[in-house]
Amino acid sequence: MHFLFKTRYEQDIALFRHGGQRFWYAALAVALVAAPWLLSEYTLSQITFIGIYAIVCLGLMLLAGFTGQVSLGHAGFLAMGAYTEAYLQANGWPFVISLPLAALVAGITGIMIGLPALRVKGLYLSIATLAFGFILEQAVVSAEAITGGNAGLQLNKLVIAGIDFDDGTNFYYLVSFIAVLCVLGVLNLLRSPTGRAFVAIRDSEVSAQSMGINLAHYKTVAFALSAALAGIAGALYAHKIRFITPDQFGFLQSIELLMMVVIGGLGSIQGAIFGPAFWFVVQQLIVTGKDWLPEALGQQTGLQPTVFGIILVAIVLFEPLGLYGRWLKFRTFLEIFPFYRKGMFRRQKSYMKSERMK
Amino acid sequence: MTTPMLQAVNLSVQFGGLKAVNDVSFDVWPNEVFSLIGPNGAGKTTIFNLVSALYRPTSGEVRFEGEVISRMPPHVVARHGIARTFQNIELFEHATVLQNLLVGRHCHRHTGWWQDLLFTGSVRRAELEFRRQVEEVIEFLDLQHYRDSMVVGLPYGVRKVVELARALSMRPRLLLLDEPSSGLNTEETEDMGFWIEDIKHDLGITVVMVEHDMSLVSRVSDRVLALNLGEVLTLGTPEEVQAHPGVIEAYLGGVEA
Repeated sequence: MHFLFKTRYEQDIALFRHGGQRFWYAALAVALVAAPWLLSEYTLSQITFIGIYAIVCLGLMLLAGFTGQVSLGHAGFLAMGAYTEAYLQANGWPFVISLPLAALVAGITGIMIGLPALRVKGLYLSIATLAFGFILEQAVVSAEAITGGNAGLQLNKLVIAGIDFDDGTNFYYLVSFIAVLCVLGVLNLLRSPTGRAFVAIRDSEVSAQSMGINLAHYKTVAFALSAALAGIAGALYAHKIRFITPDQFGFLQSIELLMMVVIGGLGSIQGAIFGPAFWFVVQQLIVTGKDWLPEALGQQTGLQPTVFGIILVAIVLFEPLGLYGRWLKFRTFLEIFPFYRKGMFRRQKSYMKSERMK
Repeated sequence: MTTPMLQAVNLSVQFGGLKAVNDVSFDVWPNEVFSLIGPNGAGKTTIFNLVSALYRPTSGEVRFEGEVISRMPPHVVARHGIARTFQNIELFEHATVLQNLLVGRHCHRHTGWWQDLLFTGSVRRAELEFRRQVEEVIEFLDLQHYRDSMVVGLPYGVRKVVELARALSMRPRLLLLDEPSSGLNTEETEDMGFWIEDIKHDLGITVVMVEHDMSLVSRVSDRVLALNLGEVLTLGTPEEVQAHPGVIEAYLGGVEA
């Protein structure tokens, strides 16, 4: 167990709290760099997907986990990013410009979708974002001139500065690099006044505004940033798949994203990465395990959603903090062995919240 | 002194058929402790919500240093230097005490979210400055021990102090305390009394409080406003108010039954 002796305030705003953390994150970085030599092409491709989804989940985590605004329309932002990227690439824009533009377009869409958040809360907001998700999907289908409608859209090879990013390894590095940048950005945000304002809004809107936090402004920023991250991921997704159709960005996609975030652990950055990683691993296990199961079970169409549904229910019941919470407990168990107690993480929910105003 | 710090002018608010506050006027002068008392439903907390602009008055207005604040959004009112606590504690529960107090510095921030995203040098400097200012409050209220604790895990009495600390972190000019001693034991109430006196004398902050504990009220208040059913009963020193027949009647009931 680490006992930190703090001598300077800087220590509390540092990204890494102590040498151990620095060591392990450096090890992770080395593993990320070395992965192409160690892993098969297929596994690397799966990891690339995890990276892409981690970027969306990061955005959704910022919104749902830290600002408390649950969105059921995130696939719509993903679509905005993907189609903007595809359109700009087809018109000859270089990736270094089209990627920020994809983020920008998605971000502006996010502001538009975030507008109801200034009026409605909780479940009603989720329903509003759900409706917007459907509208966006339909808009993509209808705007055939740009999106190719239901027939889909083919992307060209991604080449940046003469380097071919259609190659699995190069693309993996690109995604990893962008994902790390996004994580750093979100971490920065969370250790600064903006992040604290988000958390304040999540925990108590009444007192947040009495502390001088402009609710409308910060909710809008949260939606915009969250959507922009989804837009970046969408652009990368489009290049990864190389063929995009509207049904890839439907309602189910939004639900899956939210499930990843919840499974990963609401309110933790690690959760935004654990979630999609877990998702893809389980998906792989289901695909591999299918053949081992009796035919009546293994060939059922709804096998995958059922398994994920059961996992979600189990998480909500037994580990509301998700995989990250589980990891936290496991780590604490090791750190203070043999003094870990069963109820250590149990929190008492005792005090009544004051009656909400308005 | 020409203008009062806080002025309520013919303040009324109506919820449907209920007149929660009816034509209430009072002045609060700089550097005094001003208490609002009255039985349940007298409209004390409603007046607080009117002052911090969470409610809009049906008629009348609230002025802060001469400026009308009752038409402003709540976060702008907070930026004018008015901090408040809540009757049932409205802390940011899934954050540490330190983070809660740092939120109190929010209205003094001058960096935008894009700077925060990059954590630029100015954000870093501002953070360290905020931290230093918050540490002063931590020392003032003896919260060193709880600095890194999550609020969800703290006992009620400590939460109450943390909420006071968060309000003080804003470095307000006017502090609204909604029942600072409710739920505290006698010792904690005693401490609260000392702190309120210190807030007035050492920090020079004007305090308006709603309180039921009459011994605390008479110990720290300069003036007391007694309310009943949304209307002013009397205004005066704690002794005068306690001796007022209308106040006694409001609390204990009239002679005729």
